[in-house]
Amino acid sequence: MVGSILPLTLRGACAKFRGKMIVGPVDLTISTSGFTVVMGPNGSGKTTLLRLMHGLQRVAVGVVKWNQPETIARSRQAYVFQQPIMMRRYVVDCIAYPLLLHGVDKKQARDEATEWAIRVGLGHALKRPAPVLSGGEKQKLSLARALIRKPEILFLDEPCANLDGRAMREIETLLQQAQADGTRIVMATHYMGQACRLATDVVFMYGGKVHECGPATAFFDGPQTEKAAAFIKGDIVE
Amino acid sequence: MNDILQGFIEAARLIASLDRELVEIVMLSLRVTLSAVLIASIIGLPLGAWLVVNRFRYRRATIAVMNALMGLPPVVVGLFVYLLLSRSGPFGVLGLLFTPTAMIIAQVLIITPLIASISHQTIRDLWAEYHDLLISLNATRRQRIAALLWDGRRALLTAMLAGFGRAIGEVGAIMIVGGNIDHSTRVLTTAIALETGKGNFAVAMGLGIILIALAVGVNLLIHTLSRTERASIW
Repeated sequence: MVGSILPLTLRGACAKFRGKMIVGPVDLTISTSGFTVVMGPNGSGKTTLLRLMHGLQRVAVGVVKWNQPETIARSRQAYVFQQPIMMRRYVVDCIAYPLLLHGVDKKQARDEATEWAIRVGLGHALKRPAPVLSGGEKQKLSLARALIRKPEILFLDEPCANLDGRAMREIETLLQQAQADGTRIVMATHYMGQACRLATDVVFMYGGKVHECGPATAFFDGPQTEKAAAFIKGDIVE
Repeated sequence: MNDILQGFIEAARLIASLDRELVEIVMLSLRVTLSAVLIASIIGLPLGAWLVVNRFRYRRATIAVMNALMGLPPVVVGLFVYLLLSRSGPFGVLGLLFTPTAMIIAQVLIITPLIASISHQTIRDLWAEYHDLLISLNATRRQRIAALLWDGRRALLTAMLAGFGRAIGEVGAIMIVGGNIDHSTRVLTTAIALETGKGNFAVAMGLGIILIALAVGVNLLIHTLSRTERASIW
Protein backbone atom coordinates (compact mmCIF):
# COMPACT_ATOMS: atom_id res chain seq x y z
CA MET A 1 0.00 0.00 0.00
CA VAL A 2 1.42 3.34 -1.09
CA GLY A 3 1.21 6.06 1.56
CA SER A 4 -0.35 9.48 1.27
CA ILE A 5 1.00 11.98 -1.23
CA LEU A 6 0.55 14.64 1.43
CA PRO A 7 1.91 16.77 2.95
CA LEU A 8 2.82 18.98 0.04
CA THR A 9 5.76 21.24 0.73
CA LEU A 10 6.80 24.36 -1.16
CA ARG A 11 10.25 25.71 -0.38
CA GLY A 12 11.25 28.97 -2.04
CA ALA A 13 9.02 28.01 -4.98
CA CYS A 14 8.83 30.63 -7.72
CA ALA A 15 6.96 30.89 -11.00
CA LYS A 16 8.14 33.03 -13.87
CA PHE A 17 6.40 34.36 -16.95
CA ARG A 18 8.61 35.55 -19.80
CA GLY A 19 11.53 35.81 -17.44
CA LYS A 20 9.65 37.90 -14.90
CA MET A 21 8.93 36.51 -11.46
CA ILE A 22 5.15 36.42 -11.01
CA VAL A 23 4.87 34.33 -7.87
CA GLY A 24 7.29 33.56 -5.10
CA PRO A 25 9.36 32.74 -3.35
CA VAL A 26 6.67 30.75 -1.55
CA ASP A 27 7.22 28.64 1.56
CA LEU A 28 4.11 26.70 2.38
CA THR A 29 3.00 23.31 3.64
CA ILE A 30 -0.33 21.73 2.73
CA SER A 31 -1.06 19.28 5.51
CA THR A 32 -2.82 15.94 5.20
CA SER A 33 -6.31 17.19 6.07
CA GLY A 34 -8.40 20.33 6.03
CA PHE A 35 -9.80 22.90 3.66
CA THR A 36 -7.34 25.58 2.61
CA VAL A 37 -8.70 28.72 1.06
CA VAL A 38 -6.35 30.90 -0.99
CA MET A 39 -7.44 34.53 -0.96
CA GLY A 40 -6.14 37.81 -2.25
CA PRO A 41 -6.89 40.62 -4.68
CA ASN A 42 -6.86 40.18 -8.45
CA GLY A 43 -3.40 39.51 -9.81
CA SER A 44 -2.02 38.51 -6.42
CA GLY A 45 -0.99 35.09 -7.73
CA LYS A 46 -3.72 32.78 -6.41
CA THR A 47 -4.22 30.92 -9.67
CA THR A 48 -0.49 30.68 -10.35
CA LEU A 49 0.09 29.29 -6.87
CA LEU A 50 -2.55 26.59 -7.43
CA ARG A 51 -1.10 25.76 -10.86
CA LEU A 52 2.37 25.63 -9.35
CA MET A 53 1.25 23.13 -6.73
CA HIS A 54 -0.70 21.03 -9.25
CA GLY A 55 2.15 20.97 -11.75
CA LEU A 56 0.49 23.01 -14.49
CA GLN A 57 3.02 25.80 -13.93
CA ARG A 58 6.73 25.10 -14.15
CA VAL A 59 8.68 25.72 -10.95
CA ALA A 60 11.32 28.26 -11.98
CA VAL A 61 13.20 28.29 -8.70
CA GLY A 62 12.76 26.33 -5.48
CA VAL A 63 11.01 23.09 -4.73
CA VAL A 64 7.47 21.73 -4.81
CA LYS A 65 7.69 18.40 -3.06
CA TRP A 66 5.08 15.72 -2.51
CA ASN A 67 5.34 12.95 0.04
CA GLN A 68 5.42 10.44 -2.85
CA PRO A 69 7.26 10.31 -6.17
CA GLU A 70 6.00 12.75 -8.78
CA THR A 71 4.29 10.13 -10.96
CA ILE A 72 2.23 8.81 -8.05
CA ALA A 73 1.43 12.31 -6.80
CA ARG A 74 0.29 13.42 -10.27
CA SER A 75 -2.21 10.60 -10.55
CA ARG A 76 -3.82 11.28 -7.17
CA GLN A 77 -4.77 14.92 -7.52
CA ALA A 78 -7.37 16.83 -9.49
CA TYR A 79 -8.01 20.41 -10.54
CA VAL A 80 -11.16 22.40 -11.23
CA PHE A 81 -10.63 25.41 -13.45
CA GLN A 82 -12.23 28.81 -13.07
CA GLN A 83 -13.53 28.58 -16.64
CA PRO A 84 -14.83 25.03 -16.93
CA ILE A 85 -13.21 23.16 -19.79
CA MET A 86 -15.90 21.18 -21.53
CA MET A 87 -14.94 18.37 -23.85
CA ARG A 88 -17.10 17.99 -26.93
CA ARG A 89 -18.86 14.94 -25.57
CA TYR A 90 -21.99 13.99 -23.71
CA VAL A 91 -22.10 14.83 -20.01
CA VAL A 92 -21.77 11.18 -18.98
CA ASP A 93 -18.75 10.69 -21.25
CA CYS A 94 -17.08 13.84 -19.94
CA ILE A 95 -17.40 12.63 -16.36
CA ALA A 96 -16.23 9.13 -17.27
CA TYR A 97 -13.19 10.38 -19.19
CA PRO A 98 -10.64 10.35 -16.30
CA LEU A 99 -11.55 6.73 -15.56
CA LEU A 100 -11.11 5.74 -19.20
CA LEU A 101 -7.67 7.38 -19.19
CA HIS A 102 -6.70 5.10 -16.36
CA GLY A 103 -7.84 1.94 -18.06
CA VAL A 104 -11.23 1.43 -16.43
CA ASP A 105 -13.63 -0.62 -18.55
CA LYS A 106 -15.97 1.60 -20.59
CA LYS A 107 -19.19 0.21 -19.12
CA GLN A 108 -17.96 0.48 -15.56
CA ALA A 109 -16.71 4.01 -16.22
CA ARG A 110 -20.10 5.03 -17.60
CA ASP A 111 -21.92 3.47 -14.65
CA GLU A 112 -19.74 5.33 -12.18
CA ALA A 113 -20.09 8.53 -14.19
CA THR A 114 -23.87 8.16 -14.12
CA GLU A 115 -23.74 7.79 -10.32
CA TRP A 116 -21.61 10.90 -10.04
CA ALA A 117 -23.82 12.86 -12.42
CA ILE A 118 -26.83 12.05 -10.27
CA ARG A 119 -24.88 12.94 -7.14
CA VAL A 120 -23.98 16.41 -8.44
CA GLY A 121 -27.47 17.01 -9.80
CA LEU A 122 -26.82 16.32 -13.48
CA GLY A 123 -28.83 13.12 -13.68
CA HIS A 124 -31.28 14.80 -16.04
CA ALA A 125 -28.54 15.86 -18.46
CA LEU A 126 -26.57 12.65 -18.99
CA LYS A 127 -27.13 12.62 -22.74
CA ARG A 128 -26.72 16.33 -23.30
CA PRO A 129 -23.62 17.72 -25.00
CA ALA A 130 -21.42 19.17 -22.24
CA PRO A 131 -20.72 22.48 -24.03
CA VAL A 132 -24.41 23.46 -23.97
CA LEU A 133 -24.80 23.22 -20.19
CA SER A 134 -25.34 26.33 -18.08
CA GLY A 135 -22.45 27.87 -16.12
CA GLY A 136 -23.48 26.20 -12.86
CA GLU A 137 -24.00 22.84 -14.53
CA LYS A 138 -20.61 23.06 -16.22
CA GLN A 139 -18.96 23.67 -12.89
CA LYS A 140 -20.82 20.72 -11.34
CA LEU A 141 -19.65 18.56 -14.23
CA SER A 142 -16.07 19.74 -13.65
CA LEU A 143 -16.40 18.83 -10.01
CA ALA A 144 -17.80 15.38 -10.76
CA ARG A 145 -15.03 14.79 -13.30
CA ALA A 146 -12.44 15.85 -10.75
CA LEU A 147 -13.87 13.74 -7.94
CA ILE A 148 -14.67 10.56 -9.85
CA ARG A 149 -11.20 9.14 -9.26
CA LYS A 150 -11.38 10.04 -5.56
CA PRO A 151 -8.31 12.29 -5.57
CA GLU A 152 -6.34 12.74 -2.40
CA ILE A 153 -6.15 16.46 -3.03
CA LEU A 154 -8.42 18.69 -5.07
CA PHE A 155 -7.41 22.14 -6.29
CA LEU A 156 -10.20 24.54 -7.22
CA ASP A 157 -9.66 27.88 -8.88
CA GLU A 158 -12.59 30.11 -8.00
CA PRO A 159 -15.17 27.44 -8.81
CA CYS A 160 -18.09 29.70 -7.92
CA ALA A 161 -17.07 32.72 -9.98
CA ASN A 162 -20.13 34.03 -11.87
CA LEU A 163 -22.50 31.57 -10.17
CA ASP A 164 -25.67 32.59 -8.38
CA GLY A 165 -26.31 31.87 -4.69
CA ARG A 166 -28.13 28.61 -5.25
CA ALA A 167 -25.47 27.16 -7.54
CA MET A 168 -22.79 28.31 -5.11
CA ARG A 169 -24.53 26.55 -2.23
CA GLU A 170 -24.78 23.34 -4.24
CA ILE A 171 -21.08 23.47 -5.09
CA GLU A 172 -20.19 24.14 -1.46
CA THR A 173 -22.26 21.15 -0.32
CA LEU A 174 -20.42 18.94 -2.80
CA LEU A 175 -17.08 20.23 -1.57
CA GLN A 176 -18.01 19.58 2.04
CA GLN A 177 -19.03 16.04 1.10
CA ALA A 178 -15.74 15.53 -0.72
CA GLN A 179 -13.84 16.79 2.31
CA ALA A 180 -15.84 14.47 4.56
CA ASP A 181 -14.93 11.61 2.20
CA GLY A 182 -11.26 12.36 2.82
CA THR A 183 -10.27 14.65 -0.03
CA ARG A 184 -7.92 17.45 0.93
CA ILE A 185 -9.14 20.68 -0.64
CA VAL A 186 -7.23 23.78 -1.69
CA MET A 187 -9.45 26.45 -3.20
CA ALA A 188 -8.94 29.97 -4.43
CA THR A 189 -11.91 32.25 -3.93
CA HIS A 190 -12.91 35.87 -3.94
CA TYR A 191 -15.94 35.35 -1.76
CA MET A 192 -15.31 36.22 1.85
CA GLY A 193 -18.51 34.53 3.03
CA GLN A 194 -17.59 31.34 1.26
CA ALA A 195 -14.11 31.39 2.76
CA CYS A 196 -15.60 31.85 6.25
CA ARG A 197 -18.01 28.95 5.72
CA LEU A 198 -15.52 26.45 4.34
CA ALA A 199 -11.95 27.24 5.32
CA THR A 200 -10.02 25.50 8.02
CA ASP A 201 -6.95 27.53 7.10
CA VAL A 202 -6.26 30.50 4.87
CA VAL A 203 -3.41 31.53 2.58
CA PHE A 204 -3.55 35.25 1.83
CA MET A 205 -1.67 36.23 -1.31
CA TYR A 206 -0.48 39.69 -2.17
CA GLY A 207 1.94 40.80 -4.85
CA GLY A 208 2.79 37.23 -5.80
CA LYS A 209 3.82 36.28 -2.29
CA VAL A 210 2.17 34.54 0.64
CA HIS A 211 1.42 37.55 2.76
CA GLU A 212 -0.26 35.73 5.59
CA CYS A 213 -1.04 32.11 6.30
CA GLY A 214 -2.68 30.28 9.20
CA PRO A 215 -5.87 28.86 10.71
CA ALA A 216 -9.04 30.42 9.32
CA THR A 217 -10.44 31.57 12.66
CA ALA A 218 -7.20 33.34 13.55
CA PHE A 219 -7.03 34.93 10.11
CA PHE A 220 -10.57 36.27 10.14
CA ASP A 221 -10.58 37.29 13.81
CA GLY A 222 -7.19 38.93 13.96
CA PRO A 223 -5.29 39.33 10.71
CA GLN A 224 -1.60 40.02 11.25
CA THR A 225 -1.00 42.33 8.31
CA GLU A 226 -2.53 45.60 7.22
CA LYS A 227 -3.31 44.31 3.74
CA ALA A 228 -5.11 41.23 5.04
CA ALA A 229 -7.11 43.34 7.50
CA ALA A 230 -8.12 45.71 4.72
CA PHE A 231 -9.06 42.80 2.47
CA ILE A 232 -11.24 41.21 5.15
CA LYS A 233 -12.88 44.57 5.83
CA GLY A 234 -13.75 44.80 2.15
CA ASP A 235 -11.49 47.75 1.41
CA ILE A 236 -9.82 47.99 -1.98
CA VAL A 237 -6.38 46.44 -1.67
CA GLU A 238 -3.98 47.66 -4.36
CA MET B 1 -21.67 28.44 -75.22
CA ASN B 2 -22.96 25.76 -77.54
CA ASP B 3 -20.29 23.35 -76.29
CA ILE B 4 -21.31 23.95 -72.69
CA LEU B 5 -24.96 23.31 -73.52
CA GLN B 6 -23.97 20.23 -75.48
CA GLY B 7 -21.92 19.20 -72.46
CA PHE B 8 -25.00 19.25 -70.20
CA ILE B 9 -26.96 17.27 -72.77
CA GLU B 10 -24.13 14.76 -73.14
CA ALA B 11 -23.83 14.44 -69.37
CA ALA B 12 -27.56 13.78 -69.09
CA ARG B 13 -27.35 11.22 -71.90
CA LEU B 14 -24.39 9.41 -70.32
CA ILE B 15 -26.10 9.25 -66.95
CA ALA B 16 -29.51 8.28 -68.35
CA SER B 17 -28.06 5.49 -70.48
CA LEU B 18 -25.84 4.29 -67.59
CA ASP B 19 -23.04 3.98 -70.10
CA ARG B 20 -20.94 0.97 -69.08
CA GLU B 21 -17.67 2.69 -69.81
CA LEU B 22 -18.73 5.73 -67.81
CA VAL B 23 -19.73 3.62 -64.82
CA GLU B 24 -16.37 1.86 -64.97
CA ILE B 25 -14.50 5.18 -65.08
CA VAL B 26 -16.55 6.67 -62.25
CA MET B 27 -16.09 3.60 -60.06
CA LEU B 28 -12.34 3.61 -60.64
CA SER B 29 -12.15 7.34 -59.91
CA LEU B 30 -13.98 6.77 -56.63
CA ARG B 31 -11.94 3.70 -55.74
CA VAL B 32 -8.60 5.42 -56.33
CA THR B 33 -9.59 8.68 -54.65
CA LEU B 34 -11.34 7.21 -51.61
CA SER B 35 -8.46 4.78 -51.04
CA ALA B 36 -5.98 7.65 -51.24
CA VAL B 37 -8.06 9.80 -48.87
CA LEU B 38 -8.34 6.93 -46.39
CA ILE B 39 -4.60 6.22 -46.41
CA ALA B 40 -3.66 9.91 -46.33
CA SER B 41 -6.07 10.47 -43.42
CA ILE B 42 -4.60 7.57 -41.47
CA ILE B 43 -1.19 9.23 -41.89
CA GLY B 44 -2.13 12.93 -41.95
CA LEU B 45 -4.63 13.27 -39.10
CA PRO B 46 -2.42 11.76 -36.36
CA LEU B 47 0.58 13.58 -37.82
CA GLY B 48 -1.24 16.92 -37.53
CA ALA B 49 -2.25 16.12 -33.94
CA TRP B 50 1.23 14.86 -33.08
CA LEU B 51 2.75 18.12 -34.27
CA VAL B 52 0.36 20.05 -32.04
CA VAL B 53 1.00 18.05 -28.89
CA ASN B 54 4.76 17.60 -29.16
CA ARG B 55 7.48 20.16 -28.71
CA PHE B 56 10.79 19.45 -30.40
CA ARG B 57 13.66 21.40 -31.83
CA TYR B 58 12.68 21.68 -35.48
CA ARG B 59 8.93 21.75 -34.91
CA ARG B 60 8.35 25.12 -36.56
CA ALA B 61 10.46 24.18 -39.54
CA THR B 62 8.59 20.88 -39.86
CA ILE B 63 5.23 22.68 -39.84
CA ALA B 64 6.49 25.21 -42.38
CA VAL B 65 7.70 22.44 -44.69
CA MET B 66 4.43 20.57 -44.27
CA ASN B 67 2.46 23.69 -45.18
CA ALA B 68 4.70 24.28 -48.17
CA LEU B 69 4.13 20.71 -49.34
CA MET B 70 0.42 21.46 -49.64
CA GLY B 71 1.32 23.08 -52.92
CA LEU B 72 3.28 20.12 -54.27
CA PRO B 73 3.13 20.15 -58.09
CA PRO B 74 1.27 16.93 -59.01
CA VAL B 75 3.32 16.48 -62.18
CA VAL B 76 6.51 16.42 -60.16
CA VAL B 77 4.98 13.93 -57.73
CA GLY B 78 3.90 11.84 -60.70
CA LEU B 79 7.41 11.91 -62.12
CA PHE B 80 8.88 11.00 -58.73
CA VAL B 81 6.51 8.04 -58.29
CA TYR B 82 7.12 7.03 -61.92
CA LEU B 83 10.87 6.89 -61.32
CA LEU B 84 10.37 4.89 -58.13
CA LEU B 85 8.05 2.36 -59.78
CA SER B 86 9.59 2.13 -63.23
CA ARG B 87 11.50 -1.05 -64.08
CA SER B 88 14.85 0.55 -63.38
CA GLY B 89 13.58 2.15 -60.17
CA PRO B 90 13.96 0.78 -56.62
CA PHE B 91 10.39 -0.58 -56.55
CA GLY B 92 10.24 -1.61 -60.20
CA VAL B 93 10.20 -5.26 -59.22
CA LEU B 94 6.73 -4.82 -57.74
CA GLY B 95 5.29 -4.11 -61.18
CA LEU B 96 3.00 -1.38 -59.95
CA LEU B 97 3.51 1.21 -62.67
CA PHE B 98 0.39 1.87 -64.78
CA THR B 99 -1.89 0.30 -62.19
CA PRO B 100 -4.51 1.88 -59.92
CA THR B 101 -2.15 1.22 -56.99
CA ALA B 102 0.44 3.55 -58.51
CA MET B 103 -2.27 6.18 -58.90
CA ILE B 104 -3.24 5.77 -55.24
CA ILE B 105 0.42 6.13 -54.17
CA ALA B 106 0.77 9.36 -56.14
CA GLN B 107 -2.45 10.77 -54.73
CA VAL B 108 -1.47 9.84 -51.19
CA LEU B 109 1.79 11.79 -51.64
CA ILE B 110 -0.13 14.79 -52.94
CA ILE B 111 -2.90 14.97 -50.35
CA THR B 112 -1.19 13.79 -47.15
CA PRO B 113 0.49 17.18 -46.52
CA LEU B 114 -2.82 18.90 -47.23
CA ILE B 115 -4.75 16.77 -44.74
CA ALA B 116 -1.96 16.96 -42.14
CA SER B 117 -1.70 20.73 -42.48
CA ILE B 118 -5.42 21.46 -42.21
CA SER B 119 -5.84 19.00 -39.35
CA HIS B 120 -2.87 20.58 -37.59
CA GLN B 121 -4.55 23.98 -37.71
CA THR B 122 -7.88 22.59 -36.58
CA ILE B 123 -6.41 20.59 -33.73
CA ARG B 124 -4.21 23.49 -32.62
CA ASP B 125 -7.35 25.44 -31.70
CA LEU B 126 -8.82 22.49 -29.85
CA TRP B 127 -5.52 21.88 -28.05
CA ALA B 128 -5.53 25.48 -26.82
CA GLU B 129 -8.92 24.71 -25.27
CA TYR B 130 -8.04 21.27 -23.86
CA HIS B 131 -4.40 21.81 -22.94
CA ASP B 132 -4.76 22.43 -19.21
CA LEU B 133 -7.43 19.78 -18.76
CA LEU B 134 -5.50 16.99 -20.46
CA ILE B 135 -2.29 17.88 -18.63
CA SER B 136 -4.19 18.05 -15.36
CA LEU B 137 -5.79 14.65 -15.99
CA ASN B 138 -2.32 13.25 -16.56
CA ALA B 139 -3.19 12.01 -20.05
CA THR B 140 -0.30 10.45 -21.95
CA ARG B 141 0.70 11.94 -25.31
CA ARG B 142 -1.09 9.16 -27.11
CA GLN B 143 -4.24 9.75 -25.06
CA ARG B 144 -4.06 13.47 -25.77
CA ILE B 145 -3.81 12.85 -29.51
CA ALA B 146 -6.69 10.37 -29.34
CA ALA B 147 -8.89 12.85 -27.44
CA LEU B 148 -8.11 15.67 -29.86
CA LEU B 149 -8.80 13.54 -32.92
CA TRP B 150 -12.03 12.15 -31.50
CA ASP B 151 -13.43 15.43 -30.20
CA GLY B 152 -12.34 17.29 -33.31
CA ARG B 153 -13.65 14.66 -35.70
CA ARG B 154 -16.32 16.82 -37.28
CA ALA B 155 -13.92 19.67 -37.93
CA LEU B 156 -11.36 17.18 -39.23
CA LEU B 157 -13.85 16.09 -41.82
CA THR B 158 -13.06 19.34 -43.59
CA ALA B 159 -9.44 18.28 -43.90
CA MET B 160 -10.49 14.93 -45.38
CA LEU B 161 -12.94 16.54 -47.78
CA ALA B 162 -10.27 19.01 -48.90
CA GLY B 163 -8.06 16.01 -49.61
CA PHE B 164 -10.89 14.33 -51.49
CA GLY B 165 -11.49 17.48 -53.54
CA ARG B 166 -7.86 17.71 -54.51
CA ALA B 167 -7.53 14.01 -55.30
CA ILE B 168 -10.70 13.58 -57.36
CA GLY B 169 -9.76 16.47 -59.60
CA GLU B 170 -6.11 15.49 -59.96
CA VAL B 171 -4.85 14.71 -63.46
CA GLY B 172 -1.12 15.35 -63.87
CA ALA B 173 0.32 12.72 -61.55
CA ILE B 174 -2.15 9.94 -62.31
CA MET B 175 -1.75 10.49 -66.02
CA ILE B 176 2.00 9.86 -65.62
CA VAL B 177 1.84 6.89 -63.26
CA GLY B 178 -1.47 5.44 -64.50
CA GLY B 179 -0.99 5.99 -68.18
CA ASN B 180 -4.73 6.53 -68.88
CA ILE B 181 -5.13 2.95 -70.09
CA ASP B 182 -8.63 2.07 -71.22
CA HIS B 183 -10.44 -0.36 -68.88
CA SER B 184 -7.47 -0.30 -66.55
CA THR B 185 -6.36 3.11 -65.28
CA ARG B 186 -8.71 5.56 -66.99
CA VAL B 187 -10.43 7.85 -64.54
CA LEU B 188 -12.71 10.85 -65.05
CA THR B 189 -9.97 13.47 -65.18
CA THR B 190 -7.75 11.57 -67.58
CA ALA B 191 -10.78 10.74 -69.73
CA ILE B 192 -11.63 14.46 -69.88
CA ALA B 193 -8.07 15.26 -70.94
CA LEU B 194 -8.23 12.57 -73.62
CA GLU B 195 -11.61 13.66 -75.03
CA THR B 196 -10.48 17.29 -75.06
CA GLY B 197 -7.35 16.26 -76.97
CA LYS B 198 -9.53 14.44 -79.48
CA GLY B 199 -11.72 17.51 -79.91
CA ASN B 200 -14.81 15.82 -78.39
CA PHE B 201 -15.64 18.87 -76.32
CA ALA B 202 -19.23 17.87 -75.59
CA VAL B 203 -18.18 14.49 -74.19
CA ALA B 204 -15.33 16.13 -72.24
CA MET B 205 -17.72 18.72 -70.85
CA GLY B 206 -20.25 16.03 -69.99
CA LEU B 207 -17.61 14.08 -68.07
CA GLY B 208 -16.57 17.32 -66.36
CA ILE B 209 -20.11 17.93 -65.20
CA ILE B 210 -20.35 14.38 -63.89
CA LEU B 211 -17.03 14.87 -62.06
CA ILE B 212 -18.28 18.03 -60.37
CA ALA B 213 -21.58 16.34 -59.49
CA LEU B 214 -19.68 13.41 -58.04
CA ALA B 215 -17.48 15.66 -55.87
CA VAL B 216 -20.49 17.61 -54.61
CA GLY B 217 -22.46 14.41 -54.05
CA VAL B 218 -19.74 12.75 -51.96
CA ASN B 219 -19.34 15.92 -49.88
CA LEU B 220 -23.08 16.14 -49.24
CA LEU B 221 -23.28 12.45 -48.39
CA ILE B 222 -20.44 12.68 -45.87
CA HIS B 223 -21.88 15.82 -44.30
CA THR B 224 -25.26 14.15 -44.01
CA LEU B 225 -23.88 10.94 -42.54
CA SER B 226 -21.68 12.77 -40.03
CA ARG B 227 -24.49 15.17 -39.10
CA THR B 228 -22.36 18.28 -39.34
CA GLU B 229 -24.14 21.59 -38.82
CA ARG B 230 -26.75 19.87 -36.70
CA ALA B 231 -24.91 19.78 -33.40
CA SER B 232 -22.95 22.92 -34.24
CA ILE B 233 -21.50 23.26 -30.76
CA TRP B 234 -19.52 20.05 -31.20
